[in-house]
Amino acid sequence: MNIDFQTEEFRHVQTAHCENGVTTALLRYHGLDFMTEPLAFGMGSGLFYIQIPFLTINNGPAISFRTMPGAIFKRTCKSLGVEVTRKKFSNPEKAELFLEQKIREGVPVGCQVGVFHLTYFPKEYRFHFNAHNLIVYGQHDDNYMISDPVMEGVTTLSRQELSRVRFAQGPLAPKGHLYFPEKVGKIDDDLIRKGIVKGIRRNIRDMISIPGNFAGVNGIRYTSNNIRKWRDKLGLKKAGLYLGQIVRMQEEIGTGGGGFRFLYGAFLEEAAAYLQDERLSTMSEEFTKSGDLWRSSAIKMAGVYKGRLTEQKDFDEIADMLLNIRSVEKEAFLKLSKMNLGKLV
Amino acid sequence: MKKEDLPQEPGALFRLTRELCYVKNEEGKYETALSRGWNVKKEALDSAWDEVNERVEEARKAVENGDKSPVYYFMELRLMDLPVLSGYTGFFSFFIKRHFKPSVFKGLSDKKLEKYAKAFDITVDELKNFKG
Repeated sequence: MNIDFQTEEFRHVQTAHCENGVTTALLRYHGLDFMTEPLAFGMGSGLFYIQIPFLTINNGPAISFRTMPGAIFKRTCKSLGVEVTRKKFSNPEKAELFLEQKIREGVPVGCQVGVFHLTYFPKEYRFHFNAHNLIVYGQHDDNYMISDPVMEGVTTLSRQELSRVRFAQGPLAPKGHLYFPEKVGKIDDDLIRKGIVKGIRRNIRDMISIPGNFAGVNGIRYTSNNIRKWRDKLGLKKAGLYLGQIVRMQEEIGTGGGGFRFLYGAFLEEAAAYLQDERLSTMSEEFTKSGDLWRSSAIKMAGVYKGRLTEQKDFDEIADMLLNIRSVEKEAFLKLSKMNLGKLV
Repeated sequence: MKKEDLPQEPGALFRLTRELCYVKNEEGKYETALSRGWNVKKEALDSAWDEVNERVEEARKAVENGDKSPVYYFMELRLMDLPVLSGYTGFFSFFIKRHFKPSVFKGLSDKKLEKYAKAFDITVDELKNFKG
Protein backbone atom coordinates (compact mmCIF):
# COMPACT_ATOMS: atom_id res chain seq x y z
CA MET A 1 0.00 0.00 0.00
CA ASN A 2 1.50 3.28 -1.09
CA ILE A 3 0.15 5.98 1.12
CA ASP A 4 2.86 8.53 1.50
CA PHE A 5 1.22 11.24 -0.61
CA GLN A 6 0.46 14.51 1.18
CA THR A 7 1.88 13.29 4.45
CA GLU A 8 5.24 14.71 3.41
CA GLU A 9 3.79 18.13 3.85
CA PHE A 10 2.93 17.56 7.46
CA ARG A 11 5.35 19.49 9.64
CA HIS A 12 6.10 18.37 13.15
CA VAL A 13 5.81 21.19 15.69
CA GLN A 14 7.39 20.87 19.12
CA THR A 15 5.46 22.60 21.90
CA ALA A 16 5.45 22.86 25.69
CA HIS A 17 2.11 21.14 25.97
CA CYS A 18 0.58 18.32 23.97
CA GLU A 19 -2.90 19.61 23.21
CA ASN A 20 -1.66 23.04 22.19
CA GLY A 21 0.81 21.28 19.96
CA VAL A 22 -1.74 19.08 18.25
CA THR A 23 -3.99 22.10 17.72
CA THR A 24 -1.16 24.22 16.33
CA ALA A 25 0.26 21.56 14.01
CA LEU A 26 -3.11 20.45 12.64
CA LEU A 27 -4.27 24.00 11.97
CA ARG A 28 -0.97 24.89 10.33
CA TYR A 29 -1.28 21.81 8.17
CA HIS A 30 -4.62 23.14 7.00
CA GLY A 31 -3.04 26.41 5.96
CA LEU A 32 -3.35 28.54 9.09
CA ASP A 33 0.32 29.48 9.13
CA PHE A 34 -0.18 32.19 11.73
CA MET A 35 -1.08 29.66 14.39
CA THR A 36 1.34 29.43 17.31
CA GLU A 37 1.21 27.52 20.55
CA PRO A 38 0.54 30.63 22.70
CA LEU A 39 -2.24 31.71 20.35
CA ALA A 40 -3.91 28.28 20.47
CA PHE A 41 -3.57 28.24 24.24
CA GLY A 42 -5.02 31.73 24.70
CA MET A 43 -7.86 31.42 22.22
CA GLY A 44 -8.71 28.11 23.81
CA SER A 45 -8.66 29.77 27.28
CA GLY A 46 -6.21 27.12 28.44
CA LEU A 47 -5.12 28.71 31.71
CA PHE A 48 -6.89 27.28 34.71
CA TYR A 49 -6.46 25.90 38.19
CA ILE A 50 -8.45 23.24 39.93
CA GLN A 51 -8.03 20.87 42.82
CA ILE A 52 -10.86 18.39 42.76
CA PRO A 53 -11.88 17.65 46.36
CA PHE A 54 -11.96 14.05 47.58
CA LEU A 55 -10.33 12.76 44.43
CA THR A 56 -6.85 11.31 44.25
CA ILE A 57 -4.89 10.41 41.16
CA ASN A 58 -1.83 8.17 41.37
CA ASN A 59 -2.29 8.29 45.15
CA GLY A 60 -1.96 12.08 45.32
CA PRO A 61 -4.21 15.15 45.07
CA ALA A 62 -6.06 15.68 41.77
CA ILE A 63 -4.78 19.04 40.59
CA SER A 64 -4.73 20.60 37.16
CA PHE A 65 -3.10 23.82 36.00
CA ARG A 66 -4.99 23.89 32.72
CA THR A 67 -8.48 23.62 31.38
CA MET A 68 -10.14 20.28 30.75
CA PRO A 69 -8.70 17.99 28.07
CA GLY A 70 -10.07 18.63 24.60
CA ALA A 71 -11.29 22.16 25.32
CA ILE A 72 -8.33 24.00 23.82
CA PHE A 73 -8.67 22.32 20.45
CA LYS A 74 -12.43 22.68 20.45
CA ARG A 75 -12.58 26.34 21.43
CA THR A 76 -9.71 27.50 19.23
CA CYS A 77 -11.22 25.83 16.18
CA LYS A 78 -14.65 27.19 16.99
CA SER A 79 -13.36 30.72 17.35
CA LEU A 80 -11.83 30.51 13.89
CA GLY A 81 -14.88 28.93 12.35
CA VAL A 82 -13.00 25.71 11.67
CA GLU A 83 -15.29 22.72 11.47
CA VAL A 84 -13.95 19.70 13.26
CA THR A 85 -14.76 16.03 13.31
CA ARG A 86 -14.31 14.04 16.46
CA LYS A 87 -15.06 10.42 17.06
CA LYS A 88 -14.97 7.91 19.86
CA PHE A 89 -15.25 4.18 19.40
CA SER A 90 -16.27 1.22 21.46
CA ASN A 91 -14.59 -1.21 19.11
CA PRO A 92 -10.79 -1.03 18.63
CA GLU A 93 -10.95 -2.63 15.17
CA LYS A 94 -13.39 -0.02 13.93
CA ALA A 95 -11.29 2.71 15.51
CA GLU A 96 -8.27 1.49 13.62
CA LEU A 97 -10.09 1.15 10.31
CA PHE A 98 -11.31 4.71 10.55
CA LEU A 99 -7.85 6.01 11.40
CA GLU A 100 -6.32 4.05 8.55
CA GLN A 101 -8.84 5.49 6.15
CA LYS A 102 -8.07 9.07 7.20
CA ILE A 103 -4.35 8.45 6.88
CA ARG A 104 -4.88 6.99 3.42
CA GLU A 105 -6.79 10.14 2.49
CA GLY A 106 -3.79 12.14 3.68
CA VAL A 107 -5.45 13.65 6.73
CA PRO A 108 -3.27 13.95 9.85
CA VAL A 109 -5.35 13.07 12.88
CA GLY A 110 -5.13 14.06 16.56
CA CYS A 111 -5.48 11.16 18.98
CA GLN A 112 -6.03 11.09 22.72
CA VAL A 113 -3.91 8.39 24.31
CA GLY A 114 -2.88 6.91 27.64
CA VAL A 115 0.74 7.37 28.66
CA PHE A 116 1.22 4.09 30.53
CA HIS A 117 1.80 1.92 27.48
CA LEU A 118 3.41 4.61 25.35
CA THR A 119 6.54 2.71 24.34
CA TYR A 120 8.69 5.63 23.22
CA PHE A 121 8.39 7.39 26.58
CA PRO A 122 10.97 6.44 29.19
CA LYS A 123 9.57 4.11 31.81
CA GLU A 124 9.92 6.78 34.51
CA TYR A 125 7.23 8.84 32.83
CA ARG A 126 4.70 6.12 32.34
CA PHE A 127 1.93 6.56 34.87
CA HIS A 128 -1.73 5.98 34.14
CA PHE A 129 -2.54 9.34 32.63
CA ASN A 130 -5.06 9.17 29.81
CA ALA A 131 -5.24 12.67 28.38
CA HIS A 132 -2.05 12.84 26.37
CA ASN A 133 -2.38 13.94 22.75
CA LEU A 134 -0.41 13.13 19.63
CA ILE A 135 -0.82 13.27 15.86
CA VAL A 136 -0.81 10.29 13.53
CA TYR A 137 0.26 11.56 10.13
CA GLY A 138 1.27 8.56 8.10
CA GLN A 139 1.70 4.85 7.84
CA HIS A 140 4.67 2.81 6.81
CA ASP A 141 4.36 -0.97 6.65
CA ASP A 142 2.99 -1.93 10.02
CA ASN A 143 3.99 1.30 11.74
CA TYR A 144 2.20 4.56 12.21
CA MET A 145 4.14 7.78 11.94
CA ILE A 146 3.65 9.78 15.10
CA SER A 147 4.18 13.44 15.83
CA ASP A 148 4.16 13.83 19.61
CA PRO A 149 4.28 17.58 20.22
CA VAL A 150 6.35 17.41 23.37
CA MET A 151 9.19 15.69 21.53
CA GLU A 152 11.90 17.28 19.43
CA GLY A 153 11.42 14.83 16.58
CA VAL A 154 8.84 12.46 15.18
CA THR A 155 8.56 8.81 16.10
CA THR A 156 6.60 5.66 15.24
CA LEU A 157 4.25 3.24 16.94
CA SER A 158 3.27 -0.18 15.70
CA ARG A 159 -0.34 -0.87 14.91
CA GLN A 160 -0.70 -2.82 18.11
CA GLU A 161 1.08 -0.23 20.27
CA LEU A 162 -1.11 2.57 18.98
CA SER A 163 -4.31 0.63 19.46
CA ARG A 164 -3.27 -0.12 23.01
CA VAL A 165 -2.71 3.50 24.04
CA ARG A 166 -5.87 4.62 22.26
CA PHE A 167 -7.82 2.13 24.31
CA ALA A 168 -6.13 2.75 27.64
CA GLN A 169 -8.53 2.32 30.55
CA GLY A 170 -9.23 4.14 33.79
CA PRO A 171 -10.21 7.76 34.45
CA LEU A 172 -10.48 9.84 31.24
CA ALA A 173 -10.22 6.66 29.13
CA PRO A 174 -9.72 7.89 25.55
CA LYS A 175 -11.99 5.27 23.90
CA GLY A 176 -10.11 5.69 20.66
CA HIS A 177 -10.91 9.41 20.62
CA LEU A 178 -9.62 11.11 17.48
CA TYR A 179 -10.21 14.53 15.99
CA PHE A 180 -9.19 16.64 13.02
CA PRO A 181 -10.21 19.86 11.26
CA GLU A 182 -12.76 19.07 8.57
CA LYS A 183 -13.28 22.37 6.86
CA VAL A 184 -11.44 25.65 7.14
CA GLY A 185 -13.16 28.79 5.99
CA LYS A 186 -11.75 32.21 5.24
CA ILE A 187 -9.86 33.63 8.16
CA ASP A 188 -8.84 37.28 8.37
CA ASP A 189 -7.15 39.30 11.09
CA ASP A 190 -10.48 40.50 12.33
CA LEU A 191 -11.59 36.95 13.10
CA ILE A 192 -8.30 36.26 14.86
CA ARG A 193 -8.72 39.39 16.98
CA LYS A 194 -12.24 38.35 17.91
CA GLY A 195 -10.99 34.92 18.85
CA ILE A 196 -8.31 36.44 21.05
CA VAL A 197 -10.76 38.70 22.88
CA LYS A 198 -13.23 35.88 23.32
CA GLY A 199 -10.50 33.62 24.67
CA ILE A 200 -9.40 36.22 27.19
CA ARG A 201 -12.95 36.89 28.37
CA ARG A 202 -13.69 33.22 28.84
CA ASN A 203 -10.46 32.82 30.77
CA ILE A 204 -11.40 35.71 33.04
CA ARG A 205 -14.72 34.02 33.70
CA ASP A 206 -13.09 30.64 34.41
CA MET A 207 -10.51 32.02 36.79
CA ILE A 208 -12.54 34.68 38.60
CA SER A 209 -16.24 33.86 38.49
CA ILE A 210 -16.38 30.10 38.55
CA PRO A 211 -18.61 28.97 41.41
CA GLY A 212 -17.25 26.96 44.32
CA ASN A 213 -14.01 27.40 46.20
CA PHE A 214 -11.80 24.79 44.59
CA ALA A 215 -11.45 26.06 41.03
CA GLY A 216 -10.10 29.20 39.40
CA VAL A 217 -8.01 31.57 41.49
CA ASN A 218 -9.90 30.41 44.58
CA GLY A 219 -8.72 26.88 43.86
CA ILE A 220 -5.18 28.06 44.56
CA ARG A 221 -6.35 29.22 48.00
CA TYR A 222 -8.09 25.88 48.48
CA THR A 223 -4.81 24.03 47.87
CA SER A 224 -2.98 26.53 50.08
CA ASN A 225 -5.36 25.73 52.95
CA ASN A 226 -4.83 22.04 52.35
CA ILE A 227 -1.05 22.36 52.42
CA ARG A 228 -1.16 24.07 55.81
CA LYS A 229 -2.78 20.93 57.24
CA TRP A 230 -0.89 18.24 55.36
CA ARG A 231 2.06 17.91 57.73
CA ASP A 232 -0.16 17.07 60.72
CA LYS A 233 -2.81 15.23 58.80
CA LEU A 234 -0.71 13.06 56.50
CA GLY A 235 2.71 12.95 58.10
CA LEU A 236 5.86 14.35 56.57
CA LYS A 237 6.43 11.61 54.04
CA LYS A 238 3.01 11.60 52.47
CA ALA A 239 2.82 15.39 52.60
CA GLY A 240 6.08 15.44 50.65
CA LEU A 241 4.65 13.11 48.03
CA TYR A 242 1.58 15.30 47.69
CA LEU A 243 3.75 18.37 47.15
CA GLY A 244 5.76 16.37 44.62
CA GLN A 245 2.55 15.65 42.78
CA ILE A 246 1.72 19.37 42.62
CA VAL A 247 5.12 20.07 41.10
CA ARG A 248 4.72 17.26 38.60
CA MET A 249 1.28 18.47 37.55
CA GLN A 250 2.73 21.92 37.14
CA GLU A 251 5.83 20.95 35.23
CA GLU A 252 5.92 17.44 33.80
CA ILE A 253 4.99 16.67 30.24
CA GLY A 254 3.51 13.27 31.00
CA THR A 255 0.81 14.91 33.09
CA GLY A 256 0.10 17.76 30.76
CA GLY A 257 2.27 20.35 32.49
CA GLY A 258 4.20 22.99 30.67
CA GLY A 259 4.77 26.28 32.44
CA PHE A 260 1.30 27.48 31.60
CA ARG A 261 1.71 30.90 33.20
CA PHE A 262 4.66 31.72 30.92
CA LEU A 263 2.67 30.43 28.01
CA TYR A 264 -0.16 32.79 28.89
CA GLY A 265 2.34 35.63 29.16
CA ALA A 266 3.57 34.78 25.67
CA PHE A 267 -0.04 34.72 24.46
CA LEU A 268 -0.78 38.18 25.84
CA GLU A 269 2.36 39.49 24.17
CA GLU A 270 1.10 38.14 20.83
CA ALA A 271 -2.37 39.44 21.60
CA ALA A 272 -0.93 42.92 22.20
CA ALA A 273 0.49 42.89 18.67
CA TYR A 274 -2.73 41.64 17.06
CA LEU A 275 -4.90 44.13 18.93
CA GLN A 276 -2.36 46.97 18.81
CA ASP A 277 -2.88 47.36 22.54
CA GLU A 278 0.22 48.02 24.67
CA ARG A 279 -1.75 47.36 27.86
CA LEU A 280 -1.76 43.66 27.06
CA SER A 281 2.05 43.61 27.01
CA THR A 282 1.98 45.03 30.51
CA MET A 283 -0.46 42.32 31.54
CA SER A 284 1.88 39.76 30.04
CA GLU A 285 4.39 40.79 32.73
CA GLU A 286 1.90 39.87 35.46
CA PHE A 287 1.70 36.30 34.21
CA THR A 288 5.47 36.09 33.86
CA LYS A 289 5.57 37.09 37.51
CA SER A 290 3.04 34.43 38.40
CA GLY A 291 5.03 31.80 36.49
CA ASP A 292 8.19 32.80 38.35
CA LEU A 293 6.32 32.56 41.66
CA TRP A 294 5.02 29.09 40.81
CA ARG A 295 8.59 28.05 40.10
CA SER A 296 9.84 29.47 43.40
CA SER A 297 7.09 27.61 45.23
CA ALA A 298 8.14 24.41 43.44
CA ILE A 299 11.72 24.90 44.67
CA LYS A 300 10.41 25.31 48.21
CA MET A 301 8.18 22.23 47.85
CA ALA A 302 11.20 20.28 46.61
CA GLY A 303 12.84 21.10 49.93
CA VAL A 304 10.08 19.12 51.63
CA TYR A 305 10.12 16.05 49.41
CA LYS A 306 13.90 15.98 49.51
CA GLY A 307 13.60 15.87 53.29
CA ARG A 308 15.50 19.10 53.87
CA LEU A 309 12.48 21.11 55.10
CA THR A 310 10.46 19.45 57.83
CA GLU A 311 8.87 22.14 60.03
CA GLN A 312 5.28 23.35 60.04
CA LYS A 313 6.63 26.83 59.32
CA ASP A 314 7.92 25.50 55.97
CA PHE A 315 4.44 24.29 55.08
CA ASP A 316 3.02 27.65 56.17
CA GLU A 317 5.55 29.40 54.01
CA ILE A 318 4.57 27.32 50.96
CA ALA A 319 0.89 27.97 51.69
CA ASP A 320 1.60 31.71 51.89
CA MET A 321 3.47 31.60 48.59
CA LEU A 322 0.37 30.11 46.98
CA LEU A 323 -1.82 32.82 48.49
CA ASN A 324 0.51 35.36 46.99
CA ILE A 325 0.23 33.66 43.58
CA ARG A 326 -3.53 33.70 43.94
CA SER A 327 -3.59 37.43 44.52
CA VAL A 328 -1.23 38.10 41.59
CA GLU A 329 -3.41 36.06 39.23
CA LYS A 330 -6.64 37.45 40.61
CA GLU A 331 -5.41 41.03 40.22
CA ALA A 332 -4.23 40.30 36.70
CA PHE A 333 -7.55 38.84 35.57
CA LEU A 334 -9.48 41.63 37.28
CA LYS A 335 -7.38 44.18 35.42
CA LEU A 336 -7.97 42.30 32.18
CA SER A 337 -11.69 42.25 32.85
CA LYS A 338 -11.78 46.02 33.20
CA MET A 339 -10.07 46.59 29.87
CA ASN A 340 -12.10 47.47 26.89
CA LEU A 341 -10.57 45.23 24.26
CA GLY A 342 -12.77 46.33 21.44
CA LYS A 343 -16.24 45.19 20.67
CA LEU A 344 -17.12 41.69 19.63
CA VAL A 345 -19.39 41.85 16.65
CA MET B 1 11.77 33.22 33.60
CA LYS B 2 14.75 34.65 31.81
CA LYS B 3 16.37 32.58 29.12
CA GLU B 4 19.69 32.42 30.97
CA ASP B 5 17.90 31.01 34.04
CA LEU B 6 16.42 28.05 32.19
CA PRO B 7 17.70 24.94 33.98
CA GLN B 8 19.69 22.37 32.01
CA GLU B 9 19.82 19.60 34.56
CA PRO B 10 19.41 16.24 32.81
CA GLY B 11 16.20 14.57 33.93
CA ALA B 12 14.43 11.35 33.02
CA LEU B 13 13.75 12.58 29.51
CA PHE B 14 17.12 13.88 28.49
CA ARG B 15 18.08 10.90 26.36
CA LEU B 16 14.78 11.09 24.51
CA THR B 17 14.16 14.78 24.03
CA ARG B 18 14.65 18.25 25.37
CA GLU B 19 11.55 20.09 26.53
CA LEU B 20 10.32 23.28 24.99
CA CYS B 21 9.89 26.22 27.39
CA TYR B 22 8.73 29.81 27.09
CA VAL B 23 11.37 32.23 28.34
CA LYS B 24 12.19 35.93 28.18
CA ASN B 25 15.07 37.00 25.96
CA GLU B 26 17.39 39.99 26.47
CA GLU B 27 14.84 42.36 24.98
CA GLY B 28 12.20 41.19 27.42
CA LYS B 29 10.26 39.37 24.71
CA TYR B 30 9.04 35.83 24.90
CA GLU B 31 10.74 33.16 22.89
CA THR B 32 11.11 29.41 23.12
CA ALA B 33 14.14 27.55 24.36
CA LEU B 34 14.94 23.91 25.00
CA SER B 35 15.70 22.53 28.43
CA ARG B 36 17.33 19.25 29.33
CA GLY B 37 15.45 19.15 32.62
CA TRP B 38 15.14 20.64 36.09
CA ASN B 39 16.28 18.99 39.33
CA VAL B 40 13.16 20.12 41.15
CA LYS B 41 11.08 18.07 38.70
CA LYS B 42 13.47 15.18 38.59
CA GLU B 43 13.33 14.82 42.36
CA ALA B 44 9.52 15.00 42.39
CA LEU B 45 9.48 12.16 39.89
CA ASP B 46 12.11 10.19 41.80
CA SER B 47 10.17 10.47 45.04
CA ALA B 48 7.00 9.30 43.27
CA TRP B 49 8.93 6.24 42.09
CA ASP B 50 10.37 5.58 45.56
CA GLU B 51 6.80 5.53 46.79
CA VAL B 52 5.73 3.16 43.99
CA ASN B 53 8.60 0.80 44.77
CA GLU B 54 7.74 0.80 48.45
CA ARG B 55 4.11 0.01 47.74
CA VAL B 56 5.13 -2.84 45.46
CA GLU B 57 7.46 -4.27 48.10
CA GLU B 58 4.75 -4.05 50.77
CA ALA B 59 2.32 -5.76 48.43
CA ARG B 60 4.87 -8.49 47.74
CA LYS B 61 5.26 -9.11 51.48
CA ALA B 62 1.50 -9.17 51.94
CA VAL B 63 1.24 -11.94 49.34
CA GLU B 64 4.15 -13.82 50.88
CA ASN B 65 2.45 -13.68 54.29
CA GLY B 66 -0.82 -14.86 52.87
CA ASP B 67 -2.63 -11.58 53.61
CA LYS B 68 -3.29 -10.59 50.01
CA SER B 69 -3.72 -12.32 46.67
CA PRO B 70 -1.42 -11.84 43.66
CA VAL B 71 -4.05 -9.54 42.13
CA TYR B 72 -3.16 -6.95 44.76
CA TYR B 73 0.58 -7.29 44.08
CA PHE B 74 0.29 -6.97 40.31
CA MET B 75 -2.08 -4.03 40.64
CA GLU B 76 0.60 -2.18 42.61
CA LEU B 77 3.36 -3.39 40.29
CA ARG B 78 1.52 -1.95 37.30
CA LEU B 79 0.90 1.36 39.09
CA MET B 80 -2.84 0.79 39.02
CA ASP B 81 -5.50 1.66 41.52
CA LEU B 82 -9.04 0.30 41.76
CA PRO B 83 -10.62 2.56 39.10
CA VAL B 84 -7.84 1.80 36.61
CA LEU B 85 -7.88 -1.96 37.22
CA SER B 86 -11.65 -1.89 37.06
CA GLY B 87 -11.38 -0.21 33.65
CA TYR B 88 -8.98 -2.82 32.28
CA THR B 89 -10.82 -5.87 33.61
CA GLY B 90 -14.43 -4.77 33.57
CA PHE B 91 -14.86 -5.92 37.18
CA PHE B 92 -16.46 -3.55 39.68
CA SER B 93 -14.12 -2.26 42.38
CA PHE B 94 -16.16 -4.10 44.98
CA PHE B 95 -15.37 -7.47 43.37
CA ILE B 96 -11.71 -6.60 42.84
CA LYS B 97 -11.43 -5.88 46.55
CA ARG B 98 -12.84 -9.32 47.25
CA HIS B 99 -10.35 -10.87 44.83
CA PHE B 100 -7.56 -9.41 46.99
CA LYS B 101 -8.45 -12.07 49.57
CA PRO B 102 -6.32 -15.18 49.01
CA SER B 103 -9.25 -17.47 49.85
CA VAL B 104 -11.51 -15.83 47.26
CA PHE B 105 -8.68 -15.64 44.72
CA LYS B 106 -8.16 -19.42 44.92
CA GLY B 107 -11.68 -20.03 43.72
CA LEU B 108 -11.55 -17.68 40.71
CA SER B 109 -12.37 -19.20 37.33
CA ASP B 110 -9.76 -19.24 34.60
CA LYS B 111 -11.91 -16.86 32.63
CA LYS B 112 -11.65 -14.25 35.37
CA LEU B 113 -7.97 -14.91 35.90
CA GLU B 114 -7.46 -14.43 32.19
CA LYS B 115 -8.90 -10.92 32.44
CA TYR B 116 -6.52 -10.02 35.23
CA ALA B 117 -3.55 -11.60 33.46
CA LYS B 118 -4.31 -9.58 30.35
CA ALA B 119 -4.59 -6.35 32.32
CA PHE B 120 -1.26 -7.05 34.01
CA ASP B 121 0.47 -8.21 30.84
CA ILE B 122 1.38 -11.61 32.29
CA THR B 123 0.25 -15.21 31.83
CA VAL B 124 -2.44 -16.87 33.94
CA ASP B 125 0.22 -19.23 35.29
CA GLU B 126 2.40 -16.34 36.43
CA LEU B 127 -0.58 -14.83 38.19
CA LYS B 128 -1.69 -18.08 39.82
CA ASN B 129 1.76 -19.10 40.96
CA PHE B 130 3.02 -15.83 42.34
CA LYS B 131 4.01 -16.54 45.92
CA GLY B 132 5.64 -13.24 46.87
